[in-house]
Amino acid sequence: MIAYATSIKYMLAGYALILIVLALYLVSLVIRWRNLKRDLRILKEIQKKSN
Amino acid sequence: MKPQPIALKVLNVVSVLLFLAALGMVFLYAPLEATMNYVQKIFYFHIANAWVGMLGFIAAAVAGVVYLVRHDQKWDIVELAAVEISLVFFLIVILAGSIWARPTWGAYWTWEPRLTTAAILEMVYIAYLLLRQGIDDPDRRARFSAVYTLVGAISVPITFLSIRLFRTIHPVVIGTNSAASQGGFDMTSKMLATMFFALFTFSIIFANLFWHRIRLGQLAQQVEQLKLEEIQ
Repeated sequence: MIAYATSIKYMLAGYALILIVLALYLVSLVIRWRNLKRDLRILKEIQKKSN
Repeated sequence: MKPQPIALKVLNVVSVLLFLAALGMVFLYAPLEATMNYVQKIFYFHIANAWVGMLGFIAAAVAGVVYLVRHDQKWDIVELAAVEISLVFFLIVILAGSIWARPTWGAYWTWEPRLTTAAILEMVYIAYLLLRQGIDDPDRRARFSAVYTLVGAISVPITFLSIRLFRTIHPVVIGTNSAASQGGFDMTSKMLATMFFALFTFSIIFANLFWHRIRLGQLAQQVEQLKLEEIQ
């Protein structure tokens, strides 16, 4: 049998890791969305000026 | 790009609520396993992430087939979204599984069939993302990606069946364990309920992220199109 203290430590590490990976992915989605929105705005401005 | 539809906003809220409920079930409802006790609780999210990870890789292959038939770029966006999200979920499977393995098997990693095939599966799709970036022409990139996901999908059933076909220390949840398996356990009805709830929750989270990632892909396509127009 695995000792309770050891078992709790690894369980918390496992769930912390799951939350961190999911959070990082969500942050990456938000950052990429914002960057693309900015690029789109700039490109539309350039297009307007050239027309 | 249109603002988020109401259905997506509802799905965002439902996903968060389900995620919190699943955590509640894991920590407050599911009983402690006799031998591994607390660390066994990793199992619920481990298996749920594996389910949606593999589902996404298969969905990507299906999107690849549809692209090859219709030559519509929107299926390339769907395929990329499925692969990317599945990679994240499968990374969680591998990392959380390693943490569970340390107190159970005495090592974070061992080159047994399930872990090896899972690592290969993850690398196959990391390579997909890297290789895609090397192709500038959107049509060529989409065609290559579609064929790649079709071939890559072969590694999904191999990974799934590896613990049933080979002698391995990785336990089987449904079916007969190999004689060499370590860390297996009999599930009580509360454990089963928690497992199925986690499977359902991550399926909804997958759908939610999938929708967001497709929208991101559509925006990226719009930007790419404008850039191409500027160059010409």
